[in-house]
Amino acid sequence: MEHDVVIIGSGIAGLRAAVELAAHADVAIVSKVFPTRAHSGAAQGGITAALGNEEEDRWEWHMFDTVKGSDFLGDQDTIEIMVRDAPRAIIELEHMGVPFSRTDEGTIAQRAFGGHTRDFGKAPVKRACYASDRTGRIILDTLFEQSIKAGVQCYPEFIMIDLLFNATRCVGVVLLELATGTIHEVHTRALLLATGGAGKIYKTTSNCFSNTGDALSIVLQRGLPLQDMEFLQFHPTGIKGLGILMSEAARGEGGILLNRHGERFMERYAPVIKDLAPRDIVSRAIVREIREGNGVGGSDYVHLDLTALGPEKIKERLWEIASFATIYAGVDPVHEPVPVQPTCHYIMGGIPTDVDGRVLGADEHKPVPGLFSAGESSCVSVHGANRLGCNSLLDLVVFGRRAGKAILSYLQDEGVTHDKPDSTGSVRDTIEKLLTARGKERVPALRRELQQLMMDHCSVFRDQRGLETAQVKIAELKQRYRDIGLSCRDRHFNLELVEALEGGHLLTCAEVIAVSALHRRESRGAHYREDYPERNDQDFLYHTLVGAGSGSMEITTKPVKITRFKPVARTY
Amino acid sequence: MKHTFRIFRYDPAKEKQPRYQEYQVKTEPTDKILDCLNRIRWEQDSSLTYRMSCAHGVCGSDAMRINGVCALACQRLIKDYGEEPLLIEPLPQFPVLKDLLVDMTAFFEKYRGIWPYLMPADPPPEKERLQSPEKRMAFDEAIRCILCGCCTAACPILEDNQEFLGPAALLRAFRYLFDSRDRQEVERMERLDDENAVWGCKTHGKCTEVCPKEIQVTQSLGRIKKKLYDVKKAR
Repeated sequence: MEHDVVIIGSGIAGLRAAVELAAHADVAIVSKVFPTRAHSGAAQGGITAALGNEEEDRWEWHMFDTVKGSDFLGDQDTIEIMVRDAPRAIIELEHMGVPFSRTDEGTIAQRAFGGHTRDFGKAPVKRACYASDRTGRIILDTLFEQSIKAGVQCYPEFIMIDLLFNATRCVGVVLLELATGTIHEVHTRALLLATGGAGKIYKTTSNCFSNTGDALSIVLQRGLPLQDMEFLQFHPTGIKGLGILMSEAARGEGGILLNRHGERFMERYAPVIKDLAPRDIVSRAIVREIREGNGVGGSDYVHLDLTALGPEKIKERLWEIASFATIYAGVDPVHEPVPVQPTCHYIMGGIPTDVDGRVLGADEHKPVPGLFSAGESSCVSVHGANRLGCNSLLDLVVFGRRAGKAILSYLQDEGVTHDKPDSTGSVRDTIEKLLTARGKERVPALRRELQQLMMDHCSVFRDQRGLETAQVKIAELKQRYRDIGLSCRDRHFNLELVEALEGGHLLTCAEVIAVSALHRRESRGAHYREDYPERNDQDFLYHTLVGAGSGSMEITTKPVKITRFKPVARTY
Repeated sequence: MKHTFRIFRYDPAKEKQPRYQEYQVKTEPTDKILDCLNRIRWEQDSSLTYRMSCAHGVCGSDAMRINGVCALACQRLIKDYGEEPLLIEPLPQFPVLKDLLVDMTAFFEKYRGIWPYLMPADPPPEKERLQSPEKRMAFDEAIRCILCGCCTAACPILEDNQEFLGPAALLRAFRYLFDSRDRQEVERMERLDDENAVWGCKTHGKCTEVCPKEIQVTQSLGRIKKKLYDVKKAR
């Protein structure tokens, strides 16, 4: 098989790039699932831009909030590109057909969201553009429909299992076709990795089953580094026990968090913006309340109270999450509070790229020709140590488009042709071995142990002892993984085979997370070390890179780009 | 608790006939049906095949027939059912590829055929197009559709006429027809004015009954019909 451009991942970043490229190149999208099943669709609350439709807003304020939200680890040149491009990107989505909710004047409606403020932190601002509480799903649908209009070819239920290189560049990708078990080598002039997150490393997560960090793991195995992998976002309000997201929009619209005493505890942790503090701060507050015995019923959750909103507002703006509460928690949020606890939601780290999606290699952070990444799988880095709500959808459309444009100029300027890879690697052998593997270990059991381990030692609060324990146990799990056995020997639709491959990727990502988290002996954004509870700009104001060189777990660093805002204490 | 799951099994590559296989599963009242299927696959029989992804009713992957009713396996909980064995089958009317996993090619072909994208007046304004909240709410329910296929699988018309577009594609057509920003009303109406398009619907209402997102599908199709009727009457 052969395409000018192959995009791995049918989420919003991948589709936005595809739409950019379709008229100029032979572009194909590859997805583990059907395109409209991608996990971008689970984004609920909105997408940010300083449109100022509801009240005064400025891109400078948006930039400040994003920098401060990132705990000063986000690259400020990149953040500036994103927030300045945001209004254009939103208008473009509206023109494509995204049915945003509307103000009385007929303009795009906006609402408040965590960490987004007016006038450099003075009060919450309405910056999140939304379509009810299914903003991600409707942007995904609209972009998919634009890709249909543009004639983009799609390979649903194909799984990326390796990358192809020659001496100078990336020349393609190896895919496993789920329906037949056939392994395809696809030769490309440019390849875009837009594969999303890796939340399935954790037991409690809002992420879908497909978010297993495949691309991150494959890139690392191919000798390319991963950046800032210690930064995992735990969303404060997952439905208790399930991790299903109750959008931050619930608090943006006026919902509040309560502990067992009915106390609005966020007033103590963030006196100015209270329940609308950034997610890392709210998640830590919830876990602290639970640890201090203030969880509801002395248990491991708190209440999200929407009862003051009234049935009309909930029906119009929060219908979907109200339905989740009703179906899964048996609670009608119009009348009763919803039991919630933090849930693994987003990985700030990923494949390092420049502002145009070019993947940066280990060699002096120079681009790897032919290889691009955008969206959650990439680390560009706009979110730094903690992403603000609704900045992710913005990241996807801004940097998805930029990657598309960069790929186009790469194809035109460099005049690259289809080249043969140096070696096709051993991935075929890996698949054959797995299909006949008779070892005694089972992937679901290993995965369950890993997910529990990461919850216990590598989530909202961390310390050296826990992280070292995690490292040792991950190494043990990796050892046991070598002795796995499969009982399904079918080539067609072999879910056990797919999950075996994914299990290996989860272990690799977990190892990188633990190594990075152990290295960072400070607390910054979502990475909180109980043994080092302060931020330490003197020693740690840099990006972490793991695997720079021969796929090892060696750590190197890269400076943070600081342009407008010098690091200051992060209080809300 | 324990439940018996009676599951449709069929691998056309190896078997001539479908069969039903029973599994005993430990359950909690709050377990999703999908949790139970995963438990079977992870602990008893790794060959059991179905689709899943988000596991909370957003992606639309795990539509199947549970006790004879089309539904999402991640949206139905054990406590919604009694102690009797649960019957799990693939969506009807879709060709089975393996066990509960069906071929959705024809379904997506029909959806692609209804121009599922905005065709507005050009060129666009510098800022957003204006749309009043009322006009936006006119199709608010329809944008909840996740293309899971439950409605289409449950539609009795399709049992006799595979050429019928089916409720999911027609609902998407409704979404764009009633979007005040769209300018292809005449062309869209022409396409929908057909026995295999909107007139194929005989208001059985099965689509609305099974829709996991509680969309009034039949009623929306009725609004297309009324619009066609009004336009013809005005001529």
